[in-house]
Amino acid sequence: MAQAAIELIGINKSFGAVRANRDINLEVTRGTIHGIVGENGAGKSTLMSILYGFYQADSGEIRVGGKPASIKTSNDAIALGIGMVHQHFMLVDNFSVLENIILGAESNALLKSSITKARSELDRLEREYGLEVDPDALIEELPVGLQQRVEILKALYRGAEILILDEPTGVLTPAEADHLFRILKQLKEQGKTVVLITHKLREIMAITDTVSVMRQGTMVATRETSKTTVEELAELMVGRRVLLRVEKGEAEAGAVKLSVRNLTVKDQRGVTMVDDVSLDVRAGEIVGIAGVAGNGQSELLEAISGIRRAVSGTVMLDGKPIDVTGVADPGELRDRGLAHVPEDRHHVGLVLAFEEHENSILGYHDKQRFLKGPFLNVDAIMADAKDKIAKYDIRPGNPRLKTANFSGGNQQKIVLAREIEQDPGVLIVGQPTRGVDVGAIEFIHKRLIAMRDQGKAVLVVSVELDEIRSLCDRILVMFAGRIVGERGPDATEGELGLLMAGVEQQEAAQ
Amino acid sequence: MSTPYAKLPAWADYGLIPLINLSVAFIVAGLVVVLVGENPFRAAVILVEGAFGKGTGIAFTLFYATTFIFTGLSVAVAAHCSLFNIGTEGQAYIGGLGIALVCLSFDATLPWWLIFPMAIVAAAAFGALWGLIPAYLQAKRGSHIVITTIMFNFIAASVMVYLLVGPLKPAGSQAPQTRNFLSGAELPKLNWVIELFGAKIRSAPLNVCFLLALVMAFLVWLLIWRTRLGYEMRTYGHSPKAARYAGISETRIIITAMMISGALAGMMALNPVMGDQHNVAIDFVSGAGYVGIAVALMGRLHPVGIVLAAILFGMLYQGGAELAFEMPAISRDMIVIIQGLVILFAGALEHMFRPYIQALFASVSPKTVGMEAVKGKGA
Repeated sequence: MAQAAIELIGINKSFGAVRANRDINLEVTRGTIHGIVGENGAGKSTLMSILYGFYQADSGEIRVGGKPASIKTSNDAIALGIGMVHQHFMLVDNFSVLENIILGAESNALLKSSITKARSELDRLEREYGLEVDPDALIEELPVGLQQRVEILKALYRGAEILILDEPTGVLTPAEADHLFRILKQLKEQGKTVVLITHKLREIMAITDTVSVMRQGTMVATRETSKTTVEELAELMVGRRVLLRVEKGEAEAGAVKLSVRNLTVKDQRGVTMVDDVSLDVRAGEIVGIAGVAGNGQSELLEAISGIRRAVSGTVMLDGKPIDVTGVADPGELRDRGLAHVPEDRHHVGLVLAFEEHENSILGYHDKQRFLKGPFLNVDAIMADAKDKIAKYDIRPGNPRLKTANFSGGNQQKIVLAREIEQDPGVLIVGQPTRGVDVGAIEFIHKRLIAMRDQGKAVLVVSVELDEIRSLCDRILVMFAGRIVGERGPDATEGELGLLMAGVEQQEAAQ
Repeated sequence: MSTPYAKLPAWADYGLIPLINLSVAFIVAGLVVVLVGENPFRAAVILVEGAFGKGTGIAFTLFYATTFIFTGLSVAVAAHCSLFNIGTEGQAYIGGLGIALVCLSFDATLPWWLIFPMAIVAAAAFGALWGLIPAYLQAKRGSHIVITTIMFNFIAASVMVYLLVGPLKPAGSQAPQTRNFLSGAELPKLNWVIELFGAKIRSAPLNVCFLLALVMAFLVWLLIWRTRLGYEMRTYGHSPKAARYAGISETRIIITAMMISGALAGMMALNPVMGDQHNVAIDFVSGAGYVGIAVALMGRLHPVGIVLAAILFGMLYQGGAELAFEMPAISRDMIVIIQGLVILFAGALEHMFRPYIQALFASVSPKTVGMEAVKGKGA
């Protein structure tokens, strides 16, 4: 008889008027991989934070290994054998792997003995689970896949029997993700319990034994993975049927709207991030740039939109040059019909401390219709904001609410509404649906396709391969600052994955 | 994933927390009073009565408050653009130079109501110029504004010492100050307003600058929350990246914000120079610029809060002076300690009690819990 590693009974947790978790029951069987899926804001992370001692439940009981447990801090959780791998790694960049692993678990004031002990222990863990990593490498020199491995080792070093992973594959290439899954399977074979939080259903199907679905703070279903389908899970998550793949007609590409030639961009340290990139986007098509995060896509978008200065190269908008190596001004580019939905909406696309209506004019605040002399025309701004709220179904529909209080999906809609409603000729979009729930993804994709069908040129950068494949008419793959290949929307995931990993760089550079 | 978002109700955020901070400051100050062998309750009564008990006291309190409103607004304007202007002290000092030049030139020929507008412009212009240089260095060279404005306070002090013991000093005088202005450069007092309410005033320096300060507080509110420029300043203040994205020039916004901040600082000099002393003397700012930092923080960078905080500090200055007079064991330095404690608890440790209060609210009424400190916001 399989024993429960964790039991959550009747967990409730509210933040203000928001009931993040209501009456949650969950049982995770020892030695299994248990997936928890749900839209953003469904309460998955809150639930796991309660389990890991970041939050206290308002009511309910936690049992670990059959015994009631009181988890008030993460130290309590660690003592109970619960380890957590966070979505955003909690590593010190300029420490070595070994130093990071003993951080917080130093046995006495002098590090020497801790390090010696840790080294032999690490050696054992690596052999046991196939988690090779150089203990003396600095974190900043490791690729993200290996950094994540360090996070897992950190948890195991602290004696974790139950490992919680929060959205672990967000930053990984498909190959790295597969490797992670092999590691998780190995952990399972060694008797460890794994809880995997994700919103990617493909991963759930590939690796979990059991899957629980959360929606709006409640646990709506638990299924054996082998007895369910992606469609059923998606429906459970959203509460209605969803189109996983947007329907769209053939693209009718017209004249070149945006033309990039030999663009090279360096970052602050002088490292070349975009290396001699050339591409065209035509009216009436969506061009996607696929690639693992950090391969120069962000810098490419920033250079085209005038936020970052390029070293060399030319960019033409409607046949007229943009001064990308000099003083390209995002405000001026907006006037010329280039709209930009930046990938980092929290720091770039929005000012989270602003009220919603203030963000709905960001970048267009110098337009006469929002002004009365030097003053803001608050009435006009509010009317405009209400208009967009209605048109894009932004919730809650209160233009006076602070932007930070909107969910990720609604924040993204605020940005999209602002940029699309200016009726630009060219729209460039970074990570259109990062941190956006399934329902809103569908909405955003439809909007982008509608833009295309109106004859606009759309350039999309995304790390989500599924999104690129379902949305784009042409796919460019970026690796190490270069465009390493172009494929049609029917390209297989494996094919794109290899390009993204730079494996076929020679053959692919056409 | 999503951060839990509710926050404290406004009355707790803007009323309760400052009140608790203030109470703790006074309790600790009371302990200090006990330490020197005086009765803290009697001391508190003397302090409050000194500040508000008589017409003269009220006039003095508001006179000091006027000074602090200007410096508080100066710090707040820069802070909305995420610039920490420590240079209010020096900008006010240099603003005094502008006033001196206007008054010394025209006080024999023009009436006060012609000199006053000219002096306002001169004070604002000189203060703005003294803010411009650090702003330019920040915007173009990346020199940190905190460091450069502190250095400019020292430069301002040196420049003024040179001028006040040299070129601006009347021949034969031994005092390091300008000659006294003639009556054309003296601002009308406002004491009659308080006398309307039946209080008696012997002689107090409260003057029309108080009204000017209130007007400036309103204009700052208008600037920050109702103009395009204020919108751009706040955008830059919250996120320089978002400002860049929105096409807002970093150089222009930093320089503009610092010049406005400097202008407000410069205008502070009108109050003591034209309203009270009728000359420019060495060190006439005497720390009001630094008090402005505490006033701005305590007022949560909002003009209404700043006016209230300025009155509180005015009360401490005036009541403190009375206290030192009435209780010989409490020296002038003790008053500085009490003021320091208020600054410490209300400014530096502003967030100390917040988590506990939030936890308290959370347990009493789960609807109002806030998990993180929410920064002050506009009207």
